[in-house]
Amino acid sequence: MLQAIADIVRLNGAEKHFGAVRALNGVDFHVGAGECVGLVGHNGAGKSTLMHMVAGTLRPDGGQIAVRGNAETSYSVARALELGIRCVFQELSLCPNLSVAENTRINHPSLTGLGWRRRAADLIRAKLDEIFPDHGISADDIAGDLSIGRRQMVEVARAFTLTREPLHLVILDEPTSSLDAHTAGQLLSFVRRFVGQGGSCILISHVLGEVLQNADRIVVMRDGKVVAADAASAFDRDRLVAAMGGAEGHRKAPVEARKAEAGALRVRARPARQEDGKELVARAGEIIGLAGLAGHGQTDLLLAIFSAAARARAGIEVTAPVALVAGDRQSDGIFAQWSIAQNIGIRSLARLRNGLLISPRREAELAEFWKQKIGIRTPDMNNNIFSLSGGNQQKALFARALGSDAEIVLMDDPMRGVDIGTKLEVYDLVREEAAKGRTFLWYTTETEELDNCDHVYVFKNGRIVANLRRDELTEEKIIQSSFGDAA
Amino acid sequence: MASLRMLLEKPWIWSFAGALVVWLATIAFTGGYGAGGMVTAALSLAVFTVIVGVGQMFVITLGPGNVDLSLPANIGLASAVAMKVMGGSDSMIVVGLLAALACGAAIGAINYLLIWALRIPPIIATLSASFIIQSVDISYGRGLQIKPPPGFADFTNLQVLGIPVLAMLTVVFTVGAALALQRMIYGRSVLAIGQNIRAAWLAGVNVGRVRFLTYTLCGALGGIDGALLAGYFRGANVDIGNEYLLASIAVVVIGGTSVAGGKANVPGVWGAGLFLVLLLTMLNTFGVSAGVRLVLTGLIIVGVITAAGGEKAVR
Repeated sequence: MLQAIADIVRLNGAEKHFGAVRALNGVDFHVGAGECVGLVGHNGAGKSTLMHMVAGTLRPDGGQIAVRGNAETSYSVARALELGIRCVFQELSLCPNLSVAENTRINHPSLTGLGWRRRAADLIRAKLDEIFPDHGISADDIAGDLSIGRRQMVEVARAFTLTREPLHLVILDEPTSSLDAHTAGQLLSFVRRFVGQGGSCILISHVLGEVLQNADRIVVMRDGKVVAADAASAFDRDRLVAAMGGAEGHRKAPVEARKAEAGALRVRARPARQEDGKELVARAGEIIGLAGLAGHGQTDLLLAIFSAAARARAGIEVTAPVALVAGDRQSDGIFAQWSIAQNIGIRSLARLRNGLLISPRREAELAEFWKQKIGIRTPDMNNNIFSLSGGNQQKALFARALGSDAEIVLMDDPMRGVDIGTKLEVYDLVREEAAKGRTFLWYTTETEELDNCDHVYVFKNGRIVANLRRDELTEEKIIQSSFGDAA
Repeated sequence: MASLRMLLEKPWIWSFAGALVVWLATIAFTGGYGAGGMVTAALSLAVFTVIVGVGQMFVITLGPGNVDLSLPANIGLASAVAMKVMGGSDSMIVVGLLAALACGAAIGAINYLLIWALRIPPIIATLSASFIIQSVDISYGRGLQIKPPPGFADFTNLQVLGIPVLAMLTVVFTVGAALALQRMIYGRSVLAIGQNIRAAWLAGVNVGRVRFLTYTLCGALGGIDGALLAGYFRGANVDIGNEYLLASIAVVVIGGTSVAGGKANVPGVWGAGLFLVLLLTMLNTFGVSAGVRLVLTGLIIVGVITAAGGEKAVR
């Protein structure tokens, strides 16, 4: 049966080394026409490296690659595009200073002559309308001004626009990581339509439900190898998690009744655009969720709380030191020139001092403590932060915040592109720290994560529209509030 | 062998190598004559570039667009202020130095106020400030040709075993600056801001205060430099700082500090300062005319920056 499907792309024995690290260790992988292949595995399992090879951005150190049955000897990005293979990478790649239309033009050299900007705008607008109805993005918007969720929508839509080059296979690397449940659903149903019309997709996601429901076949990677590959119907969640290794089975967040007595007030905040009396209140030891569709004022409120900690602001009361875990880590979190240890230490410099000078020993101790505690996978914390995979970079940002003196931790959708094993570890850590009295304000686009929260504020158009206790929390309720007309 | 490789990976090693090559070329030309004297002279003159170079290094490290173009005017004004306050009297030396320091720091603080309050790009703010400073200097110092107090002039020219005392003190100062850059909260904050100002803010760095301190520090170093130059050249004058516009930026870049910000080192400022002075001496020794000398200096700086600045982008 499988043989009957013509291969779009096939890799045999692909290998890749980065120094001593074997990112890929002899991987066989193929995608057939009209097939959606789900690719799962922990951070650092080699998924992204494999996809870089399919897209032509990385050359294998060993093995062959064939497209539509023809061996490709000098495979490259240009060749991949010529053959109709495109990729939406996890690290968003729009030029921030260009408009949405101009960014679209970059992928379509054939849009030349007078009026190219208008034609590019029409092209991307039509595709955005098709995939994400009511997307609210204008083709004239400058990419850098869009929220990370909207940038991701543009990026995905752009990959599906069509001019001269053919389009056979689109690689979607964590396409829903910055999207809320509603938009993610729109994207996934579009993917199914695309596949139904004979296109092919590779879907990488840490949200296992997405992969199970939308892929035809699932490939599981671990430590640079393919460890399982089978029809999607042959997998269930537990088998997937077991194949990935690590986290044992699916654990539902323990909902044991937490102590009901209220702790000291930590944060009281009213969003700038709130017209009624609703406000966010967080007390010591609480985990508070911020939900709703992406980009509806959750991040703005977190940032307002963050600045209110340094300088008093009207409508916001903060009574303890604050730290923030960025979700958009490239622009809000990472210091690219620095080592992992320095990236962790920056929030705690005052405590790392010995007299006037920062003590290298204390800085190393802090880094080593969190390396163990949160499981950052690296041989040496003095390596550059970019030697880590995306999920491990995110762990370093968690370590920065949790290793600091902050009693209030703001989390700006920090689990983007983080594998399930890491997530479960971090959830445990967050609950453990909350039990010690820390307060967490947690904006997330993944409804599942809200299970960890004591109560949840739902946002719409920059306002709080609902305040749900944990026991009344359901996905339907959140979606209902997000779309409701309640002011 | 391993330590040699480590040494070669230091970004500042190339500026010292350049200085050594230029020195060797010159004494090869003179047949070994004046080798020691050349080093002494180079140290004496490099001091002035190093002092402002360190200030400029901190400013440039704040990130793209940050630069202090008011240094020449600042040096000119501070030299006049220092000489006027000292008034030729040895007892007023310390007061005069403090006055120059305060004058420079005030200029730096005003620079940052322009940048912060009016949101003017630093390049424009410091350049326009420098016109104002220069005008003040012209009206303040008109017709004055105040000599430094003899004690101060002697001090700036003092040597021990052929090494200028000023150079020794500057070495102490630069060691302090290197510690501040790598091991103090201030330096870490500057480096963080230079890499990603938004991430620095979100990591709890007090961005406004650190930028203010940096511009003020750079101004103060320009001020003290003006006073020392007036002592060394025996008199203040409006144009005394002119060559330090290009020189202060050149030593930073040649020394291996990233123009894109976030990455800096202090030793390179020394190496590059020596390199620039020795380069001039070499061209003088070769008997090159002034015009050609300027052209060659410019070309060499461009060449060095191209060769040393071919930094691989991260990812």
